[in-house]
Amino acid sequence: MSAPNGSAFEQPESFAFDAESEAEIAHVITRYPPGKQASAVLPAMYVAQRQMKRQTGSAWIPVKAMDAVAARLGMPAIRVYEVATFYFMFNTSPIGKFHLQVCTTTPCWLRGSDEITEACRKETGIKGWGETSDDGLFTMTEVECLGACVNAPILQVDDNFYEDMDAAKVTELLAALRRGERPFPGSMTGRQTSAPEGGPNTLTTLHFAPEG
Amino acid sequence: MLDDKDRIFTNLYGLHDPFLKGARSRGDWDNTAAILARGRDAIIQEMKDSGLRGRGGAGFPTGLKWSFMPKQADRPCYLVVNADESEPGTCKDRDIIRHDPHKLIEGCLVAGFAMGACAAYIYIRGEFFNEAVALQRAIDEAYDAGLIGKNACGTGYNYDVFLHRGAGAYICGEETALLESLEGKKGMPRMKPPFPAGVGLYGCPSTVNNVESIAVAPTILRRGATWFNSLGRQNNTGQKVYCISGHVNKPCNVEEELGIPLRELIDRYAGGVRGGWDNLLAVIPGGASVPLIPKSICDDVLMDFDSLRAARSGLGTAAVIVMDKSTDVIKAIARLSKFYMHESCGQCTPCREGTGWMWRVMTRMVEGRATPDEIDTLDQVTRQVEGHTICALGDAAAWPVQGLIRHFRPVMEERIAAYKRGSNRPVPLAAE
Repeated sequence: MSAPNGSAFEQPESFAFDAESEAEIAHVITRYPPGKQASAVLPAMYVAQRQMKRQTGSAWIPVKAMDAVAARLGMPAIRVYEVATFYFMFNTSPIGKFHLQVCTTTPCWLRGSDEITEACRKETGIKGWGETSDDGLFTMTEVECLGACVNAPILQVDDNFYEDMDAAKVTELLAALRRGERPFPGSMTGRQTSAPEGGPNTLTTLHFAPEG
Repeated sequence: MLDDKDRIFTNLYGLHDPFLKGARSRGDWDNTAAILARGRDAIIQEMKDSGLRGRGGAGFPTGLKWSFMPKQADRPCYLVVNADESEPGTCKDRDIIRHDPHKLIEGCLVAGFAMGACAAYIYIRGEFFNEAVALQRAIDEAYDAGLIGKNACGTGYNYDVFLHRGAGAYICGEETALLESLEGKKGMPRMKPPFPAGVGLYGCPSTVNNVESIAVAPTILRRGATWFNSLGRQNNTGQKVYCISGHVNKPCNVEEELGIPLRELIDRYAGGVRGGWDNLLAVIPGGASVPLIPKSICDDVLMDFDSLRAARSGLGTAAVIVMDKSTDVIKAIARLSKFYMHESCGQCTPCREGTGWMWRVMTRMVEGRATPDEIDTLDQVTRQVEGHTICALGDAAAWPVQGLIRHFRPVMEERIAAYKRGSNRPVPLAAE
């Protein structure tokens, strides 16, 4: 496994789940029948990736963490390596503080994902996919359809979708991230989720009993 | 046109409280025990009578699928809900999960009861992080209120609902790949038979259903098969959440009847095609996997399974991707070829090699750096992939390219001719 951008990186020499991670894994295993704890491999990998984020500032999964997952779930290590490399959301090399994931699949492309890509490059100085900016803040990844196509184009930052983007909004968003802010995700034009711009043209005649 | 009173997803846009209090005010969890009291056979019969066809793309009758589960089983049975929504253009399940999660959870109970399941696993795509948080909150609420878990809804029936996050693999939307993934393996599809209803999750009888199919079930059972049947067209009954993306003035999701004319759907709800209807080039009517249809077909085609199949396309997930005349249609389809190359699991040779081959040739077609007879070669290769793989991803990769050649061959030929006029460079061989 090598870094996508070809740069060298070091695998840590050890990895152990901390108390917070161990509690999460113990909880998630209860969802699966006895003896089927291998089902918890994806959740456990997420736990490992989050722990690396907490401890090092970079959300990735070193080989030692895969070994720890294998040991915890009683699986052969190779099965965990397979999973780590098969699923796109696990980073097998270090990434920047913020993970910029640009959707470029056709529905986003039709709405201007090229502009989003260009703006991200300009703001971060990153040239190619999978690279990290010199300041270590941003890693830029090309992702496939994120499943929010009526709000295209989408820029996903870590776990959040920023929707209805354009170049100016990318500039604003990245500036906010640099300031340490996390703008509220969703549509950046302020429209109501997946409703048409200007407000819903259905579901306007329904009234429900008071809520709350 | 569907009346608001006949809409099932009454909080589609998240204008109201998605959680238990709000959901109850919209009629969810209203005497669910009475639905279960009708018994397994009656519930399945009602679903069959409603004519509901699966909303995940294939359109298989949902009630019939439920009836394949064993009546008596010596092993646990599972309902698995496919919330891996990844078909390009599709974003309907996302709205159901984040804005109407209790419709899905109640549907899990009703469907699971009808098929004798002990638990439901909802497999949600990893990218839907915030949606998973919302759904988990709703599941926790349902447990706390005694609606699921031990003695669900006071019926004496024990039923669990678990959420499981995927990690970024389109192929896990294929039902057997999903089961593999849920078991902690790479998401590689299984050979069928055996079908999941016989040997599914952990080798036990299982049924995999799309989020939307499950979420509409409680409303169908409350309002009756006759009501659902009265919507839509024969053999294409009911309503559907459509996702309208691409070159329209107001992209949106909207719930409408099956069989609504495509043009009415776009004009009435999505603010029309950018630059007017006459500026339309083509539409992909059902998510990336179905062949595109040119404007001449879009003019009067109806949005349902049978009408679109007659037009040599498909309803798929009802994700309408609109392309106006400014679109480089070859590039639009080439990008889909790249998608399938990226998402092929690599298990079957025709798909693993064919998707990459198709993408490379499509890339040259975008430039016009090809010979006209290569269009036939490309078409032939799509047919060698189609039908020769374990799962339908091979077909899904082949169909968009076939649709392009069927309807836009002159555009491809003109591109090749233009390249030839502007360059003396030799044209490389097919897979170069």
